[in-house]
Parts: sequence; C-alpha cells; structure tokens
Amino acid sequence: MAASQHVSKKSLPGAPGGADLSVNVFRSPKERVVEYALGLCALISVLTTLGIAAVLVFESLNFFAEVSIVEFLTETRWTPQFTEKHFGIWPLLSGTLLITVIAAIVALPIGLMSAIFIAEYAPSRIRKVLKPGLELLAGIPTVVYGYFALTFVTPLLQTFIPGLNIYNALSAGIVVGVMIIPMVSSLSEDAIRAVPRSLAEGAYALGATRIEVVLRVMVPGAISGIVASFILALSRAVGETMIVTLAAGAMPNLTANPMESVQTMTAFIVNVSLGDTPQGTVEFYSLFAVGLVLFLMTLSMNFLANFIIRRYREQY
Amino acid sequence: METQYSTETNELTAPMTNGQAVLEEAKVRVENLDFWYGTNHVLKDVSLNIQPNKVTAFIGPSGCGKSTLLRCLNRMNELIPGTRLEGRVLIDGRDIYRNADPVMVRRRIGMVFQKPNPFPKTISENVIWGARVNGYKGKENDLVEECLRKAALWDEVKDRLNAQAYSLSGGQQQRLCIARTLAVAPDVVLMDEPASALDPIATAKLEETILQLKERYTIIIVTHNMQQAGRISDHTAFFYMGELVEADATDQLFTRPAQKHTEDYITGRFG
Repeated sequence: MAASQHVSKKSLPGAPGGADLSVNVFRSPKERVVEYALGLCALISVLTTLGIAAVLVFESLNFFAEVSIVEFLTETRWTPQFTEKHFGIWPLLSGTLLITVIAAIVALPIGLMSAIFIAEYAPSRIRKVLKPGLELLAGIPTVVYGYFALTFVTPLLQTFIPGLNIYNALSAGIVVGVMIIPMVSSLSEDAIRAVPRSLAEGAYALGATRIEVVLRVMVPGAISGIVASFILALSRAVGETMIVTLAAGAMPNLTANPMESVQTMTAFIVNVSLGDTPQGTVEFYSLFAVGLVLFLMTLSMNFLANFIIRRYREQY
Repeated sequence: METQYSTETNELTAPMTNGQAVLEEAKVRVENLDFWYGTNHVLKDVSLNIQPNKVTAFIGPSGCGKSTLLRCLNRMNELIPGTRLEGRVLIDGRDIYRNADPVMVRRRIGMVFQKPNPFPKTISENVIWGARVNGYKGKENDLVEECLRKAALWDEVKDRLNAQAYSLSGGQQQRLCIARTLAVAPDVVLMDEPASALDPIATAKLEETILQLKERYTIIIVTHNMQQAGRISDHTAFFYMGELVEADATDQLFTRPAQKHTEDYITGRFG
C-alpha cells in the first residue's frame, strides 16, 4: 500500500503521476511563438531571393523592349557605352567562362589533392594546422586578392611572358582559382571523410596500398560530394567580381586567349554601376539583363550540383 | 639470440597450453606479444600457436584483447595512429613485422569484419576487387565463380552477379566479404565476430561455410558466442584482461578447463 500512496502524491518531480494530462504543453503559446519566429526567419531568405529574381526579370524586360533577344544572343560585340551601341552578350560571357576555366584548372586539382592529403595522409597534428589554415584563405577580402593579382601575380607572369598586358585574364583567373581552393578542399575533404571507415579497412585488409584505397574506394565513395564542391566553387568563380574588375581589365572581348584583357559579366555590372550611366537608358537596363544571365548561370550550376549529388551518390 | 625461421623446432612457447595441440606444426605463431593503444596496455605477453587447416576461436569478455590480437595478425592495427607492438608474429616461421611489407602480409592473411562491409559496387566487382589491386591476371569470371562457390554464395547470386552488393541480405553480404577475401588467395582467414550482425539462420549458414573453408584455409575467428566457438572451432583460446588465460583443443577447454577463470567464463558465471 505504501507504494500506491507514493504514486498518488502530487507534483513530485520525476515521480510517476506527476504530469497533468489536461495541460497541452506541446501546443502552448510559447511553442507556437518559437515555431512562427523560426518560420519567419526561413521565409526571409526565400523572399529575398524571389525579390531579386523578380527585379532582374522586370528590369530586363525594359532592356529587351529595346534590344531584341536575338541580337542579345547572336551579336558578337558589347559596346553599350559607345555611340554605335551593340548588345551581344558573348564577349562578356566568354570573359566569364575564360576566367572560370582558368580558375578551375588551378583550383580543382589543387583543392582535391589537398583534400585527399588532409583526409587520408596527414597526421592529425598536421591536419589540425592545415585545415583551418586553408579555410583562412576563404576569409581574405576579395579586394585584397584583386590587388594581389594586379601588383604581384601579373608582374610575376610578365617575367615569364614578355609583352603580357597589365590587365589579362590569366592573372585574374589564377587568383580566382586560389580564392576557391579552400572551398573545394574543405567540402571535398568532408565528403571523403564521410565515406565509412569500414570500407577503407576492408580495402586495406585485401592488400590494397594507400593510394589504391584512396583512388578506388575513398574518392569513388565521395564522388558526389566532390563534384558538388567543384560546381559550388565554380559558381563562386562565375560570380566573383572584385578580382576580375581589378585585374582582368574592362574590355569586352570575345576571345579564348588568356593573355588578353577581358571583361566579365560581373565586372561590367560594376563599371556601369560606378559610372554615370543615367537611369532609364538602355545601358542602364542592360545591367539587369547581364545580371539575369549571371543569375541563371549560377542557379543552373547549383541545380546541376544538386542533381549530381543525388544521381551519383554511392549508397552504403 | 638467433632468429629461427624453422617451424620444425616445436618448442613449447605457450606455457598455458596443456594439450597436445602445440606439438603439431604451427601455421601462425605469436611470441611474447605486447600491444598498446597509446598508454593503454591491451595485450600482455601473449604467446600462442595456431594450427594449419583448423578453426581457432578467440573467446573472452569485451575488452579482453581478442580482437586486438586478431588485428595484430594482419597488421591492421598499425593503421590506427598511436599504437605500439612488441614481440613477434610469425606465419610459416616468417616474421610479419620485421623486413615485411604490410601489404604483402595482408595478401597472405585475409580478414572478414564484424559488420559486413562490401564495397558499393556490384557483386562480381566486389569479389574481383582485391584480386585486381593485387595484379590478378587470370580470367575474372572464373575467379568470381570459384570464390563465390567457396563462400557458398554462388547458387544464390549466380543470376545477378551485376546487382549491387547492397541488395543482398546481411548474411549474404558477409559471405560476399568472405568470397572477396578468398579471391586474394590467402592461407589464413581472420574473422572478427563475423556473425554478430546476423540472424540465427544466416549465422548457421555462415558457420557451415567456415567449416567447409578449413579444408584449405587456416581460420581464426573471434566470437562472443560460446556455442558458436563450440560448434565450429577445433581450438579455443580464452583471453581475459589482455592476457591469454588458456588455449587448448575446444572439447578439452569446454569440458575440462585447466584454469578456474576459463571455467567461470564458459559456464556463464561472468562475462
């Protein structure tokens, strides 16, 4: 009987029978407020994105009212500030692509190899220094990278390549590549470390060497994460503005030659926004059309990254 | 002291062993082995002989060092940083730690893990994987069939060799891991609680496979399951707190253990 008396005792914390079943704590006002507040925060970023997209589309409509889409996509000159205006996106697009390709050539191999080194080879002591050290690169302001490209990398390249233009795609592309290395290495390393240890052990137990384990088990197992890190880093390179504005020049130039000066879409946007382009003119609206192309490009790269993550994930 | 690589000198290096087992030729020989994880001394002066073409079971409570010893036999422990080993491990009289390449050691001494860990590839790719990295030049299809037959998996998977390994059941995955190990052509197969993730029927099938394998391979199995040790092993070694308490023929050890500790463990008084 003593036991049942104990149970019936009221409000003993932790004692059985302490919870009043008529109170609904789960849906209390406090819980609701928290839920709505969190939901609102999540909503803000979605609304911002939608707002940006809407502004780009509507302002671009003004541009395409004066310039046909056909001209925009087929014309090979981009001269909005000249008296004879041409609005072909290709020079800007090729500038962006050229910078991105150079950056990819620099960043993808170096980033992936450092990821492999940090994940599989480096002793924990070195990893503890190396990983934050690499991530520090991501914290450097891009304007610093821009002047690094202009005042250090370009003169350095000029000693190897005589006659290299002071503004050139090569120098800017290399430095953009350096800037995105930490993104590639950090995300790829996470992906490699997420491959179960048991798979690596199984491979070692079959007499595989370290490089065989890395190349035939760890990297294939992490391939979706690695590819995603590549694409995310490249979409970062596509959107990079400061370095290319400072080091690549301001000459819309339809070329694949990295020695030449090019203008990227982002650099064009900066130049026009800084200049005294009057509002309401076609040059002003061209800003939004270029911005829309840029937005669509990075958006599709993000979709591609998501698709690859889902499609090529090795299930374990 | 001169290093002896001869297996004919049958010295009784395992003092705790009281049976006739040690008088036979040893396939694997552990001599005064000490092992540390950092400062944690997990194996203390273990000496043991393991007979060829027999199943040897390592039993003992959790943390007694039986899995650690198993992983010392194919140098898997050295993949973990901060470990240290003293003493010798010999296979066919050859020291596997001195003047030996861990990769070559692991080709001679295969291992099956506690949890099935096939690669995220097809069934036949799983079997061929180890052989391929070891430079196998023969016909791959023949090797796949041979190894799957040895692992008693062929009849269940012969129509879907290109299916993903993860489509198999846990027991089938574990036998696939055995097949994969056999494809590298080891002489010794280590098994670390291979049935612990399996249901009783899959376990029975696995044990049957192990018994078939001992004709050609020397098998060392770590198990928590005393009945399993009794059913499949010829020899049993009992470990406690990093020490080898007793090693003997299984029927001997289970019916007339020499040590009180062994008796207490196998009768379920502790552990």
